[in-house]
Amino acid sequence: MSTGQYKTIVKDGLWDNNGVFSMLLGMCPAMAMTTSATNGFGMGLATAVVMAASSLLVAAFRSRITQEIRIPVYILIVAAMVTLVDLAMNAWMHELYKVLGLFIPLIVSNCLPLARLEAFAAKSPVLPSFLDGLFMGLGFTIALTVIGAVREIIGSGTLFADASLLLGPAFKAMELRLLPADMGVLMMILPPGGFLATGLLVVAKRLLDLRAGKEIQMAGAHGVA
Amino acid sequence: MNAPHIPLAEPVTLKPQTLRHGMILGIFCFGFGLVLAITHQITSDDIASRALEDKQNSLSQVIPERIHDNNPVTDTLVMRNAGDKEITIYRARMGGKVTGVAYEIYGTGYAGEMKLMLGIGADGRVLGVRVLAHKETPGLGDKIEVKKGDWILRFDGLSLGNPPPERWKVKKDGGQFDQFAGATITPRGVLAAIRGGLDFFAENKTKLLEAK
Repeated sequence: MSTGQYKTIVKDGLWDNNGVFSMLLGMCPAMAMTTSATNGFGMGLATAVVMAASSLLVAAFRSRITQEIRIPVYILIVAAMVTLVDLAMNAWMHELYKVLGLFIPLIVSNCLPLARLEAFAAKSPVLPSFLDGLFMGLGFTIALTVIGAVREIIGSGTLFADASLLLGPAFKAMELRLLPADMGVLMMILPPGGFLATGLLVVAKRLLDLRAGKEIQMAGAHGVA
Repeated sequence: MNAPHIPLAEPVTLKPQTLRHGMILGIFCFGFGLVLAITHQITSDDIASRALEDKQNSLSQVIPERIHDNNPVTDTLVMRNAGDKEITIYRARMGGKVTGVAYEIYGTGYAGEMKLMLGIGADGRVLGVRVLAHKETPGLGDKIEVKKGDWILRFDGLSLGNPPPERWKVKKDGGQFDQFAGATITPRGVLAAIRGGLDFFAENKTKLLEAK
């Protein structure tokens, strides 16, 4: 693979073919876990780790996985990676686990990893697949952080609240209060806010792409979960 | 059980291909199962000791260190609470005499059960309450966590008679405790749990404080 192709993988994952804003995949965590920017960021990072690892494994075993049994094998691999991450974090990164632990099992039900395994890792060598999983995961992280930020600012008037619980005390400084506590529009951190924020951000991304003269990538969603 | 007999349209033969797919899937399952089993083996001790540390931490928040010279985590007693659920009582002792107890209490929140740890002194006053696990809405109901607000600290020093029973409610229900903007069900559930915990103490006081 040439450098150009790697660049495309990175750009596709982060922006052009963003899992949430372009492909409309992984809608369940994108709406359920984004009540704050910190929550979205944590969920996104955990997903990125699982995606990178499972893309790598699927690419490595791709000659052994036959067409007929590929879906159960993909699910098996994603579920195994999720369990590994869950156990390892619980044992050795316990503080982080206490914050993220709740989100990790939910990654199994995210269809973005599965979609990338099917669309990319199943037919590509190990390194590009790993990068695709990683950057799709990071694109997912960016999307969830942005949705979380919008909802948090309007809903609670804060930004990156509790980031120090996730990232360590050094990040206390990034916890901002932008509006007085009782100014928040509660609806934004309740489920309707998830739909509103996600929908408006999808529109915003398409407007930006249009303005940049890019062709709009239509949602190639196989299903929305 | 009798499975209904469904006549098959054609006799089923096992195609070699099917067998091959089954084998491959089986090998994958076995391989990843093995990896998970090994990981579980490696991590289980660490996970168990983390869980114990967590318990120690939550206990030390509801039982101040100055009232005991034993280790309450290992000085336990199993009893049945009002809901007939087995709960573990952790006892704090000073010179052998029980100076306080701590146990888990349960409340119903907006999104299911909430688990809390309640510490009570021998005099029946609340030493501290902490939330152990809940599923309340982040940003709304989760202000019951001490990390996210000091609401839960207001119960320290209170007891069954102070305030009087009819004031052991959220303000919306005519009591004296603040609810949160947008979340009344959560604090109501916490209050009910603490009330229940105090009642349990009152009913079982002699047994709890027995210096056995």
